[in-house]
Amino acid sequence: MTTPTLSVRNLRVEIPTRRGVLTAIDDLSFDIAPGEVLGMVGESGAGKSITGSAIIGLLEPPGRVAGGEIRLAGERIDNVSPDQMRRIRGRRIGMIFQDPLTSLNPLYRIGDQLVETILTHERLSQKAARTKAVKLLEEVGIPAAEARFSAYPHQFSGGMRQRVVIALALCADPELVIADEPTTALDVSVQAQIIALLKRLCADRGASVMLITHDMGVIAETADRVCVLYAGRLAEIGPVRAVVKHPQHPYTQGLMAAIPSLVGDPDATLAQIPGSMPRLGAIPAGCAFNPRCNFAFEACSAARPEVYDAGTSDASCFLHASEVAPSAPAETLRAADQAGIVLPVSAKETIA
Amino acid sequence: MSVAAMPKDVSRPDSGNNKTLVEINGLRRVFDLSKPWLNRLIEGGGKVTLTAVDGVDFAIREGETYALVGESGSGKSTIAKMTVGLLRPSAGSVTIGGTDVWGSKDAEGMRAMRRQIQMIFQDPFASLNPRWRVRAIIEEPIKAFDLISDAKDRGERVGELLSLVGLDPRDGQKFPHEFSGGQRQRIAIARALASNPRFIVCDEPTSALDVSVQAQVLNLLRDLQERLGLTYLFISHNLAVVRHVATRVGVLYLGRLVEEAPARELFASPQHPYTKMLLEAVPDIEMGGSERQSIAGEIPNPVNPPPGCHFHPRCPQAMDHCSRDIPPVYHVGAANVRCHLFGDAKRSAR
Repeated sequence: MTTPTLSVRNLRVEIPTRRGVLTAIDDLSFDIAPGEVLGMVGESGAGKSITGSAIIGLLEPPGRVAGGEIRLAGERIDNVSPDQMRRIRGRRIGMIFQDPLTSLNPLYRIGDQLVETILTHERLSQKAARTKAVKLLEEVGIPAAEARFSAYPHQFSGGMRQRVVIALALCADPELVIADEPTTALDVSVQAQIIALLKRLCADRGASVMLITHDMGVIAETADRVCVLYAGRLAEIGPVRAVVKHPQHPYTQGLMAAIPSLVGDPDATLAQIPGSMPRLGAIPAGCAFNPRCNFAFEACSAARPEVYDAGTSDASCFLHASEVAPSAPAETLRAADQAGIVLPVSAKETIA
Repeated sequence: MSVAAMPKDVSRPDSGNNKTLVEINGLRRVFDLSKPWLNRLIEGGGKVTLTAVDGVDFAIREGETYALVGESGSGKSTIAKMTVGLLRPSAGSVTIGGTDVWGSKDAEGMRAMRRQIQMIFQDPFASLNPRWRVRAIIEEPIKAFDLISDAKDRGERVGELLSLVGLDPRDGQKFPHEFSGGQRQRIAIARALASNPRFIVCDEPTSALDVSVQAQVLNLLRDLQERLGLTYLFISHNLAVVRHVATRVGVLYLGRLVEEAPARELFASPQHPYTKMLLEAVPDIEMGGSERQSIAGEIPNPVNPPPGCHFHPRCPQAMDHCSRDIPPVYHVGAANVRCHLFGDAKRSAR
């Protein structure tokens, strides 16, 4: 098996506050294979962006990585010095943020910003760097790149600015690109262009992508695999089709059903998950989702589920634990089975 | 008057025989972006104007949900503000229940009409006063319109409204910061319902919310419409959301209504090239993995929109005269479409 581009093991991120330590990310593990696009989804406060920041070592203080390992192509990067980390950022991990206006310096011409970034990471002459920058701008679809080279960020539209940001992120040919809500600030028609561009460029370069977004539609169109977070914990991870079409975690099921779609019956009432995601200071005992879950049983509030094999994907839910699931009431199991959750053999026998 | 006493027999709002509640005619709003006159005098440069809304007509029937969709800068929110009376139109009229919002001289009639209109805003973190208790927030319209004079009765009414939107009547004692985004939007809805309105303008009511909470709020709005016979003007950029709530949809592009049709028709067979493009562009979980046609270009600067049909530079079917003449509105089936494609006799057969 090839070494994954990014490997996160048992990541734990803590935020100390006056009222105690909050656990923003709790025991999160996932891999991103070379060339793979992994989507990170979850609602606000689920820990998507914090995961991204933890990987690039830019957690906002007082947040800190309190445990676990982060490996980039096999080497640990969570314990390197800030100086080494700075060299990894940009060179080996490219970043794209939500708001292109804040990630570009408004006082510098975009060409100069590109050249500066290229020269920071590569030994090139000024002239070669300029040629490369123009080529990059052409590649990301900036018309008249040569002429636009000396324009300032405010002279670009939102979509064009995000293209420049993508050029900046890709200019050192990174192995991994972390894109945090890259299209959220854009209009739908532009969003589609940017997604297509990002996908194509990363595929051309063989870069892996971690795509952080709250928009399941964007994930469905872009990602190979998807990782669903809930209250800082992994809910489900698996191939995107499987997770979208046959979600195995009750939370993912609720989430998918709640998304209004352009197909299906428009008059049908949208499925809704009762309540809302707990705040970090008040995560319930056991499974974080249990108070909102239709299938919760005794074990769910007693202990925290690990990540179990759920057939098409992996889910952190006791319904998939072969030792625990049979202890659930038969009607719960039957209801879960009806809802499309693939129960372990041991639980199937109970209701058979 | 209690909400429970209001008629409950309003069926799904797709009946075509209801009477018109809101009529908008030739609505236009021009913003002056010029520098102050002295700067113009010294530095040169003339007047700069932005036509945010450029001659929009539509009507909303009683009990239906009319949705306005469009990208940023298309004029959605400007129309909403002019409809409720927060922004004076440069030209055109808004008539609600027979009263002209901007032209009526009848003070009593205006007051009665204003009570019938309410608005729900996008950001529930900004639209609720953080220093007021929820009770005071919801009470405000009741007091403003002198609906219930007795404080105790008002308290009861607030409790009733809170339960109506799915909150606990005791939540009235709390402050907005004690609630999540979805709950705050429920409070905003309760406030909007406090004056027993007939017509509510919802300006992106769920854009600031997470999907699972968005579903709760959309279902609540729909449920309230059925129970109270409300009429909505629903402003959104999210087509999938619009599809779930709207009876009729108007698609805006740079201040002009380019297509208007019953929701079912619009989503089943969009006519205007822009509507087609928009529908094509929405990433949908159902289309996962399929390659989509890429769309060229972005919304042009509204200060200097393209001549003729505003959409022609991005339109795959643009013809010569699209860049010269503003297309009139053509009736295509159940839709009203502002596109030259339907003016051509040969093409209108499509």
